[in-house]
Amino acid sequence: MSHRRIQKEESHTFDRTVIDYIQRAAATGLYEIRGLGAKRKVPHFDDLVFLAGSITRYPLEGYREKCTTKTVLGTRYAKKPIELDIPITIAGMSFGSLSANVKEALGRAATECGTSTTTGDGGMTPEERQSSKTLVYQCLPSRYGFNPDDVRKANAIEVVVGQGAKPGGGGMLLGQKVNKRVAGMRTLPEGVDQRSACRHPDWTGPDDLTIKIKELREITDWEVPIYVKVGATRTFHDVKLCVHAGADVVVVDGMQGGTAATQTVFIEHIGIPTLAAVRQAVDALEDMNMKGKVQLIVSGGIRTGADAAKALAMGADAVSIGQGILFALGCNNETYLQRGEHHSAIADYEALGTAPGYCHHCHTGLCPVGITTQDEMLEQRLTPEVGAKHVKNYLKTMNMELTTIARACGKSDVHHLEREDLVALTVEAAAMARIPLAGTRWIPGHSG
Amino acid sequence: MERIDLAKTSLRELNQFLHHEVRKKKIKHVEVINPDGAHSIAAGVDAPVKIDIRGHTGYYCAGMNKQAEITVHGNAGPGVAENMMSGLVHVKGFASVSAGASGHGGTLIIDGDASLRCGISMKGIDIVVGGNVGNFSAFMAQAGTLVVCGDAGDHLGDSLYEAVIYVRGKVKSFGADAREEPMTKADEKKLAELLDKAGLKYKPKEFKRIASAKSLYNWNADANQEY
Repeated sequence: MSHRRIQKEESHTFDRTVIDYIQRAAATGLYEIRGLGAKRKVPHFDDLVFLAGSITRYPLEGYREKCTTKTVLGTRYAKKPIELDIPITIAGMSFGSLSANVKEALGRAATECGTSTTTGDGGMTPEERQSSKTLVYQCLPSRYGFNPDDVRKANAIEVVVGQGAKPGGGGMLLGQKVNKRVAGMRTLPEGVDQRSACRHPDWTGPDDLTIKIKELREITDWEVPIYVKVGATRTFHDVKLCVHAGADVVVVDGMQGGTAATQTVFIEHIGIPTLAAVRQAVDALEDMNMKGKVQLIVSGGIRTGADAAKALAMGADAVSIGQGILFALGCNNETYLQRGEHHSAIADYEALGTAPGYCHHCHTGLCPVGITTQDEMLEQRLTPEVGAKHVKNYLKTMNMELTTIARACGKSDVHHLEREDLVALTVEAAAMARIPLAGTRWIPGHSG
Repeated sequence: MERIDLAKTSLRELNQFLHHEVRKKKIKHVEVINPDGAHSIAAGVDAPVKIDIRGHTGYYCAGMNKQAEITVHGNAGPGVAENMMSGLVHVKGFASVSAGASGHGGTLIIDGDASLRCGISMKGIDIVVGGNVGNFSAFMAQAGTLVVCGDAGDHLGDSLYEAVIYVRGKVKSFGADAREEPMTKADEKKLAELLDKAGLKYKPKEFKRIASAKSLYNWNADANQEY
């Protein structure tokens, strides 16, 4: 009996993913919009490892010796700098993209862990302010819901120039998530697609930014720190300009950073990896002799205590997490917890044309586990109590991992981690982070 | 009336006086002299006080204003009355770029011309410009009213939401999704009120109404790449 052979040689240039992209574009005439961050593999903190203590270095006892995590941000000009118990903060995510329950959960978890949470494009909700001991209020290009009363209620102001998922692009909230409350906060009609501007309405360049920051300081009587957040592109120069403009804190968000909704072409093809960005940012601060005077927060794909430790060793003062928090809340989980029982969400994933582990449909507002939604029924799938507990556990775990690594490296303070504690596993990571390749003294492009 | 001389007093002292002392002592009238183009004069005021600024101001004069009635007896720099919530800001001369940007409420009156991006991202403020406005005015304007008694530059009302623009003179070009619509009685009434408030004698019938065609309100393939 003869067997007919089926040839399956897939093209590298036109693989099944590319064919699917072309055929979807041909069918719809629209670019794809989705949530979360870059899915492509890029050099990351996984490509670095620590050189812990042995004979040349002296480790600390992992379970007994003190290792402090206290973090102070905004010491340059603010009368009231931010004091955090841990160097892991919650990144800006809007009410609108997230439900009110989730925003409250984040505030509760951050407060219990002694860290800060951040508003987002869409303004400050009373639930969020009430539940958050330390709340950073974002001043975004859209200025949705931005008002002087909330400015004065904030513990810090973050001027958002860009974000890692879409540097150079504005926010997007599709109409299905613009319900009555979201529309009211953003001064928009219900159900219309909200397209945020990519540039601020009242300033355009670094000289203007200096004056804008001073205006915010005048309005807040110079009390609270002013952060400036940039998406990672020309990070060395951007960070220098932020410092020149008078920022107390610079937030650098790498390309793995998430979003609630943006064109896929933005997410995958614009910006540089966090690993490359953190090195450029620290170089800029050191070049200006401002390391320690202006604090650096790094975000974009921070997932574990090891990632946080590596970012700190590279020179960051703190890290900020968005997507990791969503996964802690149950994003992409097969089930959701309601009234003490687990319920399957598989059918709802299937209705979106996806499955747990692959879902990035935050933009639809039909989140199967009730996180990125404004739907009254879906948002009940995550209560503030359950959400807060999971986020608190996640942050605590990360912090324990961070201190474990710091102690192994002989540090009694996580901020004492240093670049010398790291080596790279790949040539690309060694070149981007300018850390020697493991087992060598070689830094590509720097030392021969 | 309190008089503050910015040649002798720092900006920080002035603003802290306007934020705290004015409310505490229920001061009704403050005069600021020698502003000399300083930035952020009277930014963040939240009190029913009349403030006269005798001279030209820099960036962000009356930024985020609430309740106050602020008059600039001169020209205003970029972002005058940006993000204003309520009250009245009156510029007796010309205004630079981004006048009334992102304003949520209150009224901004500019006797002369306003430069680029006047009323950009406005969210409920009413702006009356006695002269012309520059390119990209009312860009992404969400709510409120922009009245232009002179001409408007290129791309007027690009990506408009619910804000309405009235122009007496010529419009060089409309931005994406902006279009001329017939004036209604309600338009004429609203316009008459704003012109009266600004002390301008023009007749509402001399103006045309520009509003959003709403074709970009929802994502679709027929938006010709303007989305």
